[in-house]
Amino acid sequence: MLHEPSLPVGKDPAGPYKTRLGIQMFIAYCLFYAGFVAINLLSPKAMAAIILMGLNLATVYGFALIIVALIMALIYNALCTAKEAELAAPETPTNQGGN
Amino acid sequence: MAIFVFLAFVLFVVGLSFYLGSKTKTSAGYYAAGGQIHWGVNGIAFAGDYLSAASFLGICGMIATAGYDGFLYSIGYLAGWMVALFVIAEPMKRLGKYTFTDAVDANYNSRGIKLCAAISTLVVSVCYLIPQMVGAGVLVEPLLGLAHHWGVIMVGAIVIAIVATAGMSSTTYVQFLKGGLLIIFSTILVVCVLMRGISTKPDQDGQVPFHEYTSISATKSGDTFTIADGGWSVLAVKDVKGGLQFAKLGKDGKESWWYISTTDNTVTLKESQFVVVKPDGKWINGEKASETNKLRQVGNLESLKGDVNAKTGSLGPVEYLATMTDKDTLVKTWKSTSFADGEQKVTVYYPKVVSGEKLLRPGQKFKVEGTWLEKLDFTSLMLALFLGTAALPHILIRYYTVPNQASARKSTIVAIAAIGFFYVLTLFMGLGAMTNGVINPADSNMSAPLLSRSFGELLFAIISAIAFATVLGTVAGLIVASSGAVAHDLMDRYMNIKMDDRQKVTAGKTAAFVIGGIAILLGILFKGMNVTFLVGLAFAVAASANLPAVLMLLFWKKTTAKGIAASITVGMISSLALIAFSPELYTLYGKNPLDAPIPLNNPGIISIPLSFLILVVVSLLTQKKTEPAKA
Repeated sequence: MLHEPSLPVGKDPAGPYKTRLGIQMFIAYCLFYAGFVAINLLSPKAMAAIILMGLNLATVYGFALIIVALIMALIYNALCTAKEAELAAPETPTNQGGN
Repeated sequence: MAIFVFLAFVLFVVGLSFYLGSKTKTSAGYYAAGGQIHWGVNGIAFAGDYLSAASFLGICGMIATAGYDGFLYSIGYLAGWMVALFVIAEPMKRLGKYTFTDAVDANYNSRGIKLCAAISTLVVSVCYLIPQMVGAGVLVEPLLGLAHHWGVIMVGAIVIAIVATAGMSSTTYVQFLKGGLLIIFSTILVVCVLMRGISTKPDQDGQVPFHEYTSISATKSGDTFTIADGGWSVLAVKDVKGGLQFAKLGKDGKESWWYISTTDNTVTLKESQFVVVKPDGKWINGEKASETNKLRQVGNLESLKGDVNAKTGSLGPVEYLATMTDKDTLVKTWKSTSFADGEQKVTVYYPKVVSGEKLLRPGQKFKVEGTWLEKLDFTSLMLALFLGTAALPHILIRYYTVPNQASARKSTIVAIAAIGFFYVLTLFMGLGAMTNGVINPADSNMSAPLLSRSFGELLFAIISAIAFATVLGTVAGLIVASSGAVAHDLMDRYMNIKMDDRQKVTAGKTAAFVIGGIAILLGILFKGMNVTFLVGLAFAVAASANLPAVLMLLFWKKTTAKGIAASITVGMISSLALIAFSPELYTLYGKNPLDAPIPLNNPGIISIPLSFLILVVVSLLTQKKTEPAKA
């Protein structure tokens, strides 16, 4: 093996779920980020509008991009961890007793 | 005090490296810290690795001089971590061993990929190394009183010692330590800024008298200026590129340069600072340059919500930003320009008043209201910042230091929290420097450390030591990534040089020495450029050369080895070529930026799609033919 990980990485049954979820959340954040760029390009003066507690749209949107990133990261981790635990749990026997 | 704190910190870091070095014997230990770093430690080490001189020195300096446009880098750098978390982190951990090349070559075992990816790692790392070394030189000048090049040499020597002793183990703990301290002391600095509040005549709590810049009214008749005030005479008027005009005035046998501001038939001459290079040396503001005669630090408000003589007292963070954003808050910013006056070279630093309303939104540096080319340049920057993080080899190798995929994910989230918090602080530190009279008009990179000096020597000493450690931590990570590219990817994998485990470690350490030497040379050559701008370019090269390969490898089944190799090569060469012929680099060469054949400063908008396109086309052309099924 030429490129094996430095430590063996076990099988990850939650892998496909995490990949799908990651892409969905990535697209959602991309759109949020693209919105910021688009406003600056299409209506740059709108960024000066005071919208919250004396702060303008540029400041509020900029901070939101940082805070939303952390919130989405925490949600992603919670969902991934839950799925990993669910798929790693031993299957409950369905037919334990006898007659 | 400053020197003592600084030396104590450096000695501790080097001692830690030698201690960890005594435990590092294997190549897995050298390149990946044995894969046993806890995700929490790795997350803060990520922050320590990522929050480079560009973040601390460059962004704060750019916010201090260009307002919100500097904060755009904070936003883009942080947003890039979402690409790393959602798309890259876990596959990277699953695929690779020690280096970025391992991951992209995992499914192919292709010599072409090994060569291209290793070269790309080296190129991106060297592009990223330059601003770090420039930042090191900038730091030691006020801290230790040494020349720029000595700072660069010192950082190079210490980092080579760190990396060559214990590789990734010592690098990880240096980055952890530095990342944690940077965030803690930046928070303290911001609390100090908020406690002091804002004043139109900042005097650094009585330490430095506020210098009131004067203005003189003048009348203009044709091309002739006349000054009514007694004693002044106009000796010369210079027209400079960009429609600027400067007047050389004489009074009491002394000469000085003034900025000519013309509005609605009113002519005002504004006091400026100036450096004149004469045959007998450098003169600053009309006196010979010396230890006691340097450029005055600048940055203050002309008016605070319409009041020209006001002081707020302590402010909360929202109140602070709201005060700065007010349309009647006017900030005196400083620009510079150079021209020849006979045999003398003159550089003038002149004031320009901008409203808070304009400073706290994009537009001062990146002309979002300008031409379509300027808008394209802005889009290009934001694209490169977003896609660059997840393509930086020295960041990606940190995924190999944790034991499993869940740890890779969790350490990324710790990094996002730490880095995001720090980037919020950058806005306050930058604005604090902008309004407290601490900006060196000739070099904005020192704005944050000089802001800390306005609160006392102890805070300055600690912040400077941390800033220096910031450079050390990032440079160490870059040199580990580069030495891995040389010793592991090129010598071991590409050239198939037979080495036992100990020889592999020796090869890595030797490579670290050579790359460290190159970094020192480049750090001296690029003196004076804004470090954030330079890092922005490194992001563009990384996003163009590496990201298309990583993404397509993970999500497009038709990707071939030749497609990846072609994409890396084209992405790297096209982004470097676009940068080399950009207006900003033309300025660096001493040429007219308007003559630059490429009108964009940021290449990502062209080179990233091009790299994707090449990968798709070459992959489709090099598909393996499938055998028809036999009946």
